[in-house]
Order: sequence, then C-alpha cells, then structure tokens
Amino acid sequence: MITIEIDGRKIQADEGAMVIEAADQAGIYIPRFCYHKKLSIAANCRMCLVEVEKARKPLPACATPVTDGMKVFTKSPMALSAQKGVMEFLLINHPLDCPICDQGGECELQDIAMGYGRDVSRYSETKRAVPKEDIGPLIETEMTRCIHCTRCVRFGEEVAGLKELGATGRGEHMRIGTFVEKHLQNELSGNVIDLCPVGALTAKPYRYQARPWEMRAHPALSAHDCVGSNLEVHTLRHKVMRVVPRENESINETWIADRDRFSYEGLYHPERLTEPMIKENGEWHACDWETALEKATGVLRRLGAGLGGLISPNAPVEEQFLFARLLRALGSEHLDYRLGRGDTRTPAVDAGHTLGEGGLAALESREALFLVGADLHHDQPMIAHRVRKAWLGGADIAALGHRAYEYRFGLCERLVDRPSRIVSHLERIAKALVSMKAAAGEAPSADFLKTVDDPETAHRAVAELVSRPGAQILVGTQMLRSPAFGAAWSLLRFIAEHSGAALAVLPEGANAVGAAALGVAPKGGALGAQEMLAADAPVSGFLLHDLEPEHDAYDPARMTEALRRAEGVVALTAYRSPLLLETAQVLLPIAAPYERAGGLINVEGRLQRQPAAVRPLGEARPGWKVLRVIGSQLQLDGFDYLDVDEVHQDAQAALAFEVPTLGESVPWAVMEEGLERIGELTLYGVDAVVRRAPALQQLNPFRVALNPSTAGELGLGEGERVVLTQGDQGVEGYLEIDEAVPAGAVYCPVGVGPSARLGAAYGGIDINKINE
Amino acid sequence: MNKIVAYLKSLLLWELIQGLRLTGKYLFSKKITVQYPDEKTPLSPRFRGLHALRRYPNGEERCIACKLCEAVCPALAITIEAGPRQDDGTRRTTRYEIDLFKCIFCGFCEESCPVDSIVETDIFEYHFEQRGEQIMDKQKLLAIGDKYEERIARNRMLDAKYR
Repeated sequence: MITIEIDGRKIQADEGAMVIEAADQAGIYIPRFCYHKKLSIAANCRMCLVEVEKARKPLPACATPVTDGMKVFTKSPMALSAQKGVMEFLLINHPLDCPICDQGGECELQDIAMGYGRDVSRYSETKRAVPKEDIGPLIETEMTRCIHCTRCVRFGEEVAGLKELGATGRGEHMRIGTFVEKHLQNELSGNVIDLCPVGALTAKPYRYQARPWEMRAHPALSAHDCVGSNLEVHTLRHKVMRVVPRENESINETWIADRDRFSYEGLYHPERLTEPMIKENGEWHACDWETALEKATGVLRRLGAGLGGLISPNAPVEEQFLFARLLRALGSEHLDYRLGRGDTRTPAVDAGHTLGEGGLAALESREALFLVGADLHHDQPMIAHRVRKAWLGGADIAALGHRAYEYRFGLCERLVDRPSRIVSHLERIAKALVSMKAAAGEAPSADFLKTVDDPETAHRAVAELVSRPGAQILVGTQMLRSPAFGAAWSLLRFIAEHSGAALAVLPEGANAVGAAALGVAPKGGALGAQEMLAADAPVSGFLLHDLEPEHDAYDPARMTEALRRAEGVVALTAYRSPLLLETAQVLLPIAAPYERAGGLINVEGRLQRQPAAVRPLGEARPGWKVLRVIGSQLQLDGFDYLDVDEVHQDAQAALAFEVPTLGESVPWAVMEEGLERIGELTLYGVDAVVRRAPALQQLNPFRVALNPSTAGELGLGEGERVVLTQGDQGVEGYLEIDEAVPAGAVYCPVGVGPSARLGAAYGGIDINKINE
Repeated sequence: MNKIVAYLKSLLLWELIQGLRLTGKYLFSKKITVQYPDEKTPLSPRFRGLHALRRYPNGEERCIACKLCEAVCPALAITIEAGPRQDDGTRRTTRYEIDLFKCIFCGFCEESCPVDSIVETDIFEYHFEQRGEQIMDKQKLLAIGDKYEERIARNRMLDAKYR
C-alpha cells in the first residue's frame, strides 16, 4: 500500500494501481469513456485527464500508475480545461439529437457533457456520418454516434473470446464494425449494449420502447441456466421492458448471457395462456378458476396413485417442494424433473455434485479441467467465461464430447465420438488412470476394466490431466441428457475418486439442483421420467408443471404417445403448446419467470431468492399458489400456506444435498448399426420462454449436419434437402456438412420447431435425400 | 363631540350616500362587461388552452417520442408508448394521451418539447359529453393541430422573441 493525495485527500492505494482505480475506491469521480474496470486499459478517449504535481501536461488517470507521495488534482484549472477541451472534441462529430437517441437518459456522453462540457457548441462545420451496420437481431447500431472508446472491441477480444468487432481506418475515418457485414455470433454479445457509453450500440428488441427514468428496476435471477446470474428487470406499467445485469462478482461479474437478456420477449408471446381452460367434448373453453380447479382436482383424485408427475427443472424451489408434496400425498411416488434426460434410472446426481467451495469464482484458478459432454458456450455461457479465464491464466483443458464443440479457449486434448461410444472413451481413460496409479505403487481394484480396449495417447493424457492436484471434472448438460449417462457416471465417479479430481455436474434448467435436493426424483423402485412413458407403466395420467412436453421431452414421439394414451392430463403451464391442447383436459395458467417470487439453487448449491417483478399476465397465478389450492381442495395435509415465505421456509428445511448411492449400473451398449442422432439442446431452445422470444429465435435455426465422410458414404452434399426419420415420424431439413460432427452420427438438435415430431434425442435416425 | 358626529352621520344616512355615489359613478361610466358568446376578450399569444400535436409543413408529425413532456408533467397527465415506425423505423409514438382532467395547464410539456410538437393552443372553449372523452389521444391531438396550425404558428411567432 502506498499513500497518494487526490484533491488534497490522503488515500491508500495498491501499488501498481492506476490513479482512476484509486480515485474510484476513494469515491472521487473522474470522468471516463474508454476505461472499464473489467477491460484492459486503452487510454484513447482522454476524458480522464487530471493534473499531477510535477507533470508538465495533464495525464490520463486510467493509464497513470500511482507512485508514493503523488499529488493528483482532478478539479484544478488545468484538469478542468483539459476535460472541457476533450469534451468539445468528442462532441464535434457526435450528433446532438439526444431526444431521438435510445441511449438518452442513460448516456455517459450526455451526463459528462452536462458536467464537464461547454454549454454551447462552437462547431458549425458539417459532421461526420457513418452508415449503420446490421450486426444481428439483438443489437442495433448507429455508428454515427460512436466515439471510438473501443470498449466493445476489447470486450470481444478479452471477455467473449471472439474478435468480431474491430476498428478500421484512423482519425476522422475510424470506424467500428465487423468489416465484412455479418451477425455477431458470441452468446455474450448483448453486453456491448451496456458497455457502449453512447447510443451507438443499443438493444434491438427494446428499441424506442421506454426511457430509463420511467422504469422500475427489480432484482431477479436468470431463469434459463444453472449459473443463477443476477439480473435486474426493468418494468414499465407492469410489463417487462428489458433485462440488464446486476453486478455479482462471485456469480456473473458484470455480464449476462444474451439468453438471459432477451428471453423476456417470450413472456408476451401470443401463445401465452392467460386464463384457465377446460376441454369439454373435445373443445376448449376459457373458464374461471373455480371451474378449472374443480375439474383438475377431479382428474387428479381419479388418477390417485396412478398419477405421474413431471416438472420443469426451471421451477423455483417452492413449486418443486409443493409439487413433490402433492404427488406423494396423492399416493404416487412417480415424479421427476428430468424429462429431458435419456437415462432416468440412475438416481438424480445434481444435488450431490455441485461446484461446492469457492463456487464459480474458483473455476478461474483451476489448473486442470476436463469437460465431459459440455457445450459450455451454449449451455452455460457464464461458466464458459470462467473456464476461459482459467485458460488465460494457464490452465490445461481437455474435452470429451459428442461433437467437436466450438470453444473460445485452447484445448490440450480433444476427444470426439458419437454419443453411444462416449462410455468407451471414459473406460479407456479409467484404464489409463489405473495403470498410471499401478506404476506409482497404488493399485485400485478395477476388474471391470479388464475387457476394455487399451487406452490411446489422448486417454493417457486426460488421465494424467485429471490426476493433477486441483483438477476439476465438469460434466456438462449434453452428457447428463445422454442415455449413456448412467454407465458414464459410474466411470466418472471412479475416475474422480482415484485421481482426486473434483467432480461437478452442470445441469440444464435454472433449478435442477434444487429439484434434486428436494427429492423431486423417483426413489426406491418408483418410475423416472422415461419409465413413466412406457406403455406398460403403472401410470395412467400426468400432472405436468411448467413444461412444453413436445420440446422438453427427451423423446417427443414417446412423450406424445404416452400423453395420448393417458386417462387424464392436467397441465400447469404458461403457454398453450399444441401437444398440451391436444392431450390435456385442463390447462391452468401459471406465472412465467419474473412474474413469480421464488428461490433458485444454482450450480454452486447457492440458494438465491427473487421477488416477483411484474404481475402475472391475465388470470395466471404463481405456480406455488395453484399447487397450494389444488392441495387444499383435495383436502390433503400440509397445504395451508398463506404466503410464499412460509413455503420457502419449509422448502429450505427439506433441502438435502446428498451424494446419491449408485445402484447397479444401467447397462449400456454401443450402437453398431445405422446412424446415431446427436439431439442436443441448443443455446436458444432450452425452455418454453426462450423458444418464444422472437429475436433469439432468429438465431435458432433447425440445423441438420453430417460429417463429410458420412455424407460422402450416403451420397449427400451440402445444402441438399433431406428427410430425417425416427420411427414413423419424418421431418425435412437442409443438410450442412460439418467437420465437428463425428462420423456415423447426425447432428439434429432438440427444442427447435420441427424436432418436436422426432424421437429420442440420442437414438437411431435415418437420413434420406429428397428427390425433386 | 364624536358622539354628535356619529349621531348626525347616522341620521343623515351619510354612509348610504357614500355607497350610492360609487354606484352612481359606475352607472354612468363606460361599460366593460363582455357579452361572452357574442364578444370575446383579447387573448395573449401565450394563453395555455387545449393541447395540440403539430406537424411539419410536409405533413410529417413532429413528435419523436422523446418522452420529455411525459417526464416533466407535474400532474402525470401524459401517457406515451413508443416504438420504431413500421415503414421507416423512425422513433415515433404508438400512443400519446393527455388526460385533460388531470392536466393543470402549466405549459411545461410545451416548454420541454425539443421539436415544438406538443403545444397549448389558445382554444379554451371545449366540452365533454361522455366519460372518457377527456382523454385526448394522438388522433384527436393531431386533428386539433392540423385544424389550428395557422393560429398556433402565429402565436409561436409572436412569442418567439421572448423565448
């Protein structure tokens, strides 16, 4: 620590810190545009010029390191005139039409011009105009307003890891853009909207909708992934207008993913269910809550122990808790939150394998990471950012996956194979680990590895990597969804146990950890989500909570059949999805994210609570209230709650973060014949809200991709119209040739329009050319 | 002595005569009563009456939905919703409403407007017959602007040098 003096105040500052950092800590404001605490220092806006004793000229506070005894003056005549001069230069080419600019009211240039600029412009020549660029459906550009602070450029290089925006030309001719006009690809791109100090980059869906001064800010949590990013929801007249990040250094720092930022549009989709509906003689009628609840409780009472309960992993803990209580009180143990997973016979592992001590922030300091089936940038963009930081800090990262996922960090090893063969790679890694340990004098018993092929160099390298002290294995969403998960999991447990690496899972949904911790999964012989759907299962009807079954199910075809066969289906849902309209008897409208209070448990095992930001749309009610009333009307015990806090207390008391004991491993066989589908969850196909956000859906095409060699064998080429068949269902698409897809597999994601008509996400699939 | 004066004043109806003198003065002076519907008093160009939304001479509406009038309105009488216009993507209001029952005719909206779009005209003769009519929507306000543009422009011009 050294002592400096700013404006006559003695301040302690860290050695090597810049003057602006020391001033910020002491609460002394220095105007700035290009400086941002999370980005590197560019010192190109010159707005932060201050006077330093014994320096002849004013110095930029953001690029001047503190020295002992330094005397800084931020409000001396020299500093003020320098700031005024810079301000005048910046405003030369900046349009003075704040009233039509979308940044008006929250513009740093506007604020600083008020505080540090002249009152009248002396510039009367023509101003520079720059044509706008189309950089995608999320970000609107007005490059005439740009003041070249290069925050967006540095963000792309340093944080997102994708150099998409850049500066071309210099001086008067400098332009920020993509050079060749294209859409931004990175999934954190929305953060440049917050970074841009002027109105050059603004949010397209929010364009001209509201002004910052008229909105109310409500704290909220990300509802789409297990990170639990802290958000601020801005509302106007009980409508969500936009979502921005809320700073939380230990979770999302100052960023959020585009999915969290723009998903709010889905709340106001025309398919939103705003009043209770019942089906009579095959026709849907809107009705009041009493009628709908009477019908719903009638169906539930009739089904009783034959009821199967399926709930979304996004539902808050209060809803998970009451849901489980309702099912069990009705005598049914068949309940699950893992509808999207192929293997539900293995116990739910999410609660027992969180990131634990240090949480997300500790990922940055890991030196060795092994990613299994984790399309990190798409599944949990904020975790990808942490892992990237670890890589920048020198960590070695290996990845095993169904596809060669695009990572914005370097890998030391990459293993890619089709889904059914992933287990064999893990076996070989385990075998390499055992032989490594044997060489070191330890000999773990591993009879089950005798028949396994000998490991290759890559497997040995991974075994070495995970044995390093402080290694972390991250099991991603795509691995969790695979039907081979059970077999893979026992191997992963074995590898983690014998290598000493920490093992954590990154589940889908915002509250999978909470659901698992509350026991919303089958226990002791009860049926899991996949088993419930079987034709011979002792389940005669379903209670669906917050689900869109045709997209959320692992196997939509099987789900559809099961629902059609069911004697009764009651759905608590926010949307009128086609399959629900076809098969349900009662639809009860429940609140969507931001409309309900509730707690979510993230991947660290951290419980965070959020209040409701807006009233539920129309007649919709928060899910916990609906479950509570159903429970009371069925005269079941334990449903007499008055408010959400009471439910929360009981739910919190019921949380149990246990490592499940694994029973017999679920047998697994490699698919030898035919093509295998890689039905992954896409970035913007994760849940019903995201799937209805128009701006995001423009970035969520239905892709069909094949490896070039497989395409060659099948005689298919790029861009050809193909039909994909699973069972008796077929959908059409245009073929892409993609090196990232392994041979013998077809990449065809779930949660995207036509995929609702296909079968198992990781099952066999046929692909044929359409002859025209 | 005072008693005698007071007695004489009351006896001679002195105060009544004083009052009648005043009455008599006004009885014969020039009348200032205006026969309202037939005659009207002169109005200042700054008179703040019914609101209007103006257009540019080429027919383009002036309002750019900056929402400053909404923000400055002390009676919260203005409600604006905005968005990009369908055909050219420019910033426009999709809803512009003034509740005349809430409005206190302070003229802040007019002063805050950067494009002289919302103005208060010198029209003060209007009435409502139905509940809800007091809410002036965008169509009504633009119609008033179109109808009285000449008068509005003249008044702005007369007042321009004092602004």
